[in-house]
Amino acid sequence: MKKLLTFLAALALLTAGCTNEQKPVEPAAKATAQPATEKQIKAGFIYVGPVGDAGWTWSHDQGRIEMEKAAYVTPSTYIESVPEGAESARVINGLVQKGHNLIFTTSFGYMDATLDVASKNKDVIFMHCSGYKSAENVGTYFGRMYEPRYLSGIIAGKMTKANSIGYVAAFPIPEVIRGINAFTLGVRSVNPQAVVKVVWTQTWFDPGVERDAADSLLDVGADVLTMHQDAPATLQAAEARNAYVIGYNSDNRKFAPNAFLTAPIWNWGSIYSKTAEEVQNGTWKTAQIWSGMKEDLVQLAPLSEKIPAAVKQLVEEKRKAIVAGSLHPFTGPLNDQTGKETVAAGVTLDDSALLGMNWFVEGVQGTIPQ
Amino acid sequence: MSLAFRVEKRDQGSALFRSLTIIASVLVALFVAGFLLLAAGVNPATAYLEILREALGSTYGISETLVKATPLIITGLAVSVAFRMQIWNIGAEGQIYMGACGATGVALFSGLDAPLMLPAMFAAAFFAGGLWASVAGLLRARWQVNEVIVTLLMNYIAILLADYLIYGPWKNPDGYNFPLTAQFVDAARLTEYFNTRLHSGFFIALFCALAVYLLMERTIWGYQIKAIGSNPAAARYAGMKTGLAIFLVLALSGAIAGIAGFSEVAGLQHRLQHGLSPGYGYTAIIIAWLARRSALGVIIVSLLMGILLVGGDSLQLSWQLPVAFAYAFQGLILFFLLAGDFFINFRLRWVKEDADA
Repeated sequence: MKKLLTFLAALALLTAGCTNEQKPVEPAAKATAQPATEKQIKAGFIYVGPVGDAGWTWSHDQGRIEMEKAAYVTPSTYIESVPEGAESARVINGLVQKGHNLIFTTSFGYMDATLDVASKNKDVIFMHCSGYKSAENVGTYFGRMYEPRYLSGIIAGKMTKANSIGYVAAFPIPEVIRGINAFTLGVRSVNPQAVVKVVWTQTWFDPGVERDAADSLLDVGADVLTMHQDAPATLQAAEARNAYVIGYNSDNRKFAPNAFLTAPIWNWGSIYSKTAEEVQNGTWKTAQIWSGMKEDLVQLAPLSEKIPAAVKQLVEEKRKAIVAGSLHPFTGPLNDQTGKETVAAGVTLDDSALLGMNWFVEGVQGTIPQ
Repeated sequence: MSLAFRVEKRDQGSALFRSLTIIASVLVALFVAGFLLLAAGVNPATAYLEILREALGSTYGISETLVKATPLIITGLAVSVAFRMQIWNIGAEGQIYMGACGATGVALFSGLDAPLMLPAMFAAAFFAGGLWASVAGLLRARWQVNEVIVTLLMNYIAILLADYLIYGPWKNPDGYNFPLTAQFVDAARLTEYFNTRLHSGFFIALFCALAVYLLMERTIWGYQIKAIGSNPAAARYAGMKTGLAIFLVLALSGAIAGIAGFSEVAGLQHRLQHGLSPGYGYTAIIIAWLARRSALGVIIVSLLMGILLVGGDSLQLSWQLPVAFAYAFQGLILFFLLAGDFFINFRLRWVKEDADA
């Protein structure tokens, strides 16, 4: 299949026949020669998928384009579909060799490689997305996606008629588990009878596998779906079977014009522009950033017209409460899957409990591989 | 009467002829790929120079090319050993994972110290890879079960088994539940050189090549492997135990692939994590095929592959070409290499045929 795609891509390139000759990316020798006060930002991005995935990588690339609007940011470079693990170190180092002075590595699996390259290049600033290791010149950043996930759960809980909601889950890591729990808490806050059925695909971007998983959830009676992958397969499955669907990553309603309700989405531009500005004026310091809807790093895409006005109003109230800090999805009482109370009433889980989350709340049907 | 052509087998020709064919194949591939580059607005000559510069133009580039070639050499040797007996080990990918699991188990839980740790990890990887492949060896030797299917399918099992360990019992207790094992202690890491990622796994790979060469050319076992490969019936008639030989050669093949798993975790990753091998076990099949009968050939083809893979990065890095371009580029080179290989063994002869023939 991959070979076939390769061939088609080659064919498309041949027929496209763009004639402008491109120049190699110039090493940024000029940039470093300037005084520190007029520092130019030459940023590089490592992406885990293709920019055309309409999901995770696409949302990062939108953030990159947003960042480039600043006058002190020179055209940036991205490298797509970089394998996670040790392989990525070479590509990250390649960006350093080409004179990039601010490098964003946008997937968890780049953590060790980012730290490794950073330790040998102290004059370059690195930002690693979704990891937990930082250094003097490596900051981390991620978003509290569980906030809009909770809001989207409210919508799902109101829209389901079968009281059965399907969740096409990616890898059983804390980030995904946290999203499932927040979503389920949102569902159960308005519809205590509804259950959320989880299927793992062990993929971030595999439209075939994800489509099968989505179909299997529809087969067992789910009438609202949501997902955590970067491909739009789940949206397309819901559209084909007249179910509702809640997207993820970006406002991907064009894949499911009738089924689409909303989507928890990323707004990376906010953090990329801020980081570039801090590096430019010399105020950047390493930090572990975990921003939410308040800082506008995560959002809920505009709601579909199919959602009743009363539900829209409820979601808006809850959104304001989360932004104001008066509502936290993970405030007790919370029960685990067996019905046992794990978080007492009035207690809110702290960040370290959220970051290492490895259990499902009541209402989730599925298991976490141990 | 009509004109048609017939495929005829021919003598393999001299080593020089075969080497020239390989070089010509690469040149033709570069020529065709050049049109793709032109279509994308990139001067092919500049691009090829850039690829060479990226892979060979600096200490760093050379070190990365050697790092990339290391697992390819080891797995290429593993696959080629079995090829010599006409046994097709498609399972090197899974055997790499099993070797990595074996080495990781020792690194994390043995509590051994400096002089013993690495040899113990090596041995564990060797046995884990060998044991994994010997399942296919047993099935083939005892019940004539096709080893292509068994070794291939066992890849999926091995990768899932590694995932199970990473997500479950071997998960780093201090890792926020992320699917990674703990990082290895220093005693479980191979030496690195020149402040690059080049590690002693490369020398282990060269040593493996020497060992495979000596085994094949200087031992009775090697002679048996080759004899059974070229004519199993005659070998059996001569009193060779072909069943046992098949079992042993698959076990050896798997054990060598296991060493690649050891080299990757101890030299490069320093922990076990998902995506340990981006398909080295499959690339190894192509390498073993192109390198034919020689351990030296495996080294040369692996180094070429390393240059291609490392240099290929520069297409994205320097011109922002999409990643599909790098895939297309690699695909074209492999396509023409295999086509060239076909013409080493066969010739097309134009023949006149009767229309109703």
